[in-house]
Amino acid sequence: MTGFFTLLYKELLRFWKVGFQTILAPMVSTLLYLLIFLHVLEAHVEVYPGVAYTIFLIPGLVMMAVIQNAFANASSSMIQSKISGNIVFILLSPLSYRAIFFAYILASIVRGLLVGLGVYLVTLVFFDIPLKLPFWALLFVILGSAILGVLGLIAGIWADKFDQLAAFQNFIIMPLSFLSGVFYTIHSLPIAWQYLSHLNPFFYMIDGFRYGFFGVSDISPYISLLIVAICLLAISLLAIRMLKTGYKLRY
Amino acid sequence: MLPAIEVKQVCKHFGNLRALTDIDLEIHAGEFFALLGPNGAGKTTLISIIAGLSLANSGSVQVMGHDVRTQYQQARRNLGVVPQELVFDPFFTVREVLLIQSGYYGIKENTQWVDEIIERLDLSDKANANMRALSGGMKRRVLVAQALVHRPPVIILDEPTAGVDVELRQTLWDFIKQLNQDGHTIVLTTHYLEEAEMLCHRVAMLKEGKIVALDSTQNLIGKMITGKSVRLRLVPDTLPPALQPLQISHHDGIAELKIENYAQVEFILSSLRSADIQILEMHLQQPDLEDVFVSIMRNSGSQPK
Repeated sequence: MTGFFTLLYKELLRFWKVGFQTILAPMVSTLLYLLIFLHVLEAHVEVYPGVAYTIFLIPGLVMMAVIQNAFANASSSMIQSKISGNIVFILLSPLSYRAIFFAYILASIVRGLLVGLGVYLVTLVFFDIPLKLPFWALLFVILGSAILGVLGLIAGIWADKFDQLAAFQNFIIMPLSFLSGVFYTIHSLPIAWQYLSHLNPFFYMIDGFRYGFFGVSDISPYISLLIVAICLLAISLLAIRMLKTGYKLRY
Repeated sequence: MLPAIEVKQVCKHFGNLRALTDIDLEIHAGEFFALLGPNGAGKTTLISIIAGLSLANSGSVQVMGHDVRTQYQQARRNLGVVPQELVFDPFFTVREVLLIQSGYYGIKENTQWVDEIIERLDLSDKANANMRALSGGMKRRVLVAQALVHRPPVIILDEPTAGVDVELRQTLWDFIKQLNQDGHTIVLTTHYLEEAEMLCHRVAMLKEGKIVALDSTQNLIGKMITGKSVRLRLVPDTLPPALQPLQISHHDGIAELKIENYAQVEFILSSLRSADIQILEMHLQQPDLEDVFVSIMRNSGSQPK
């Protein structure tokens, strides 16, 4: 276990040492989103009975910050190590592929949660946000950041260049997160879009997370939980397989 | 005795390029072994396969009796590798890097040993400096230190002295010699053949992915047909009749005379003196590893692919 804990510690230290860029900067940009939406959409109708749009928006924004940072952590750590060549120190060591997997994912979860928590705490100063079922919120935010951590790891291993990673982020991660109901409830969408939203696994993460705050959601949190858990398991198996076979790491 | 490294029938290709073909190699425990060959001969590929950084298409490799694929954890615990590229993690200091590397090998508390390697590699001044702030030579020393954190019995150094100044090269070799005397098996690749000749007991030469020579350094040199010779620049530029049978070449005003042993030098000198011929330049030639290398690389013709 020492190997795993060391790699985890190293991964945590890596983003902590540049915390200004990895924690504070994304917090600020998320709060800017909130500020803008707050002024533009203040008069927007209530989404759920008794829930103002701004309040509805906050869990979505928190989750989006979590998603983006969990993905960024694993993916940038991996691709930087690959391109600079220092991944060799991990590859030469007797660290098992499982230890490598869990260390990267856990570090991503921690960074995602830190940014998310930061945003949440700042918004608490200005808004009265209910947190009806904290366990559900915590469960979904952890599962969501884990999924994005795994996706980041996969993207980091797969990409040979920074622009390939950027493509993965811009053409897969960004659309999936923006179209997942961060800024709206899918009931406000036309039927066809509602149907498409159901194919987006990020939708279930955000819907489940919001359920933890308001106790209401677009679909049953149990179904969301099942779908999110299956997604996490499936991509985790893929990532572990990539590490085990040495895909793009051991030539 | 258990071989330190055992390579059996290893083949590796990248697409159509055959990087290694049927490599068989046994490196004994405690040996100081050199892997030589021109650029692109497959040295780094072979090292990568031993280290598990690259996967062979066929064949097997064992480090201290552990298969590098099926028992990769035990194999890697027994092996320290100094990579050829100057790679480093820009986020950490020298000491952090070494303690983190120890952790990867499952060593929780390693401060004492880390301090000792820092001291022995003359890194004490830089122990708390960020890796980015280090010169190339210093980074090279950290790479050596990183390979040693887990006290591996087998150490592979891939061109450790490439681009390193004379002084550091000397310190590095003294340190590596000491490690070998302490019982570590050392495998190295280098383009400085005089270094290999001076340090290594045994040598394997690779060409186009095949081993074309594998023997002790002394045997390889001893097998050279071109024996010892004396090169002379004379005034006047003629040889006395007694010496003419010894001449093997004469160009650019330099006569080369073949000798069987150094005692013959006395005869050459006395013959020249009695013929009243002056010596402007004189060089004694004996084959070294470089001659062996050049001759082997020239003679082992490339195989049709």
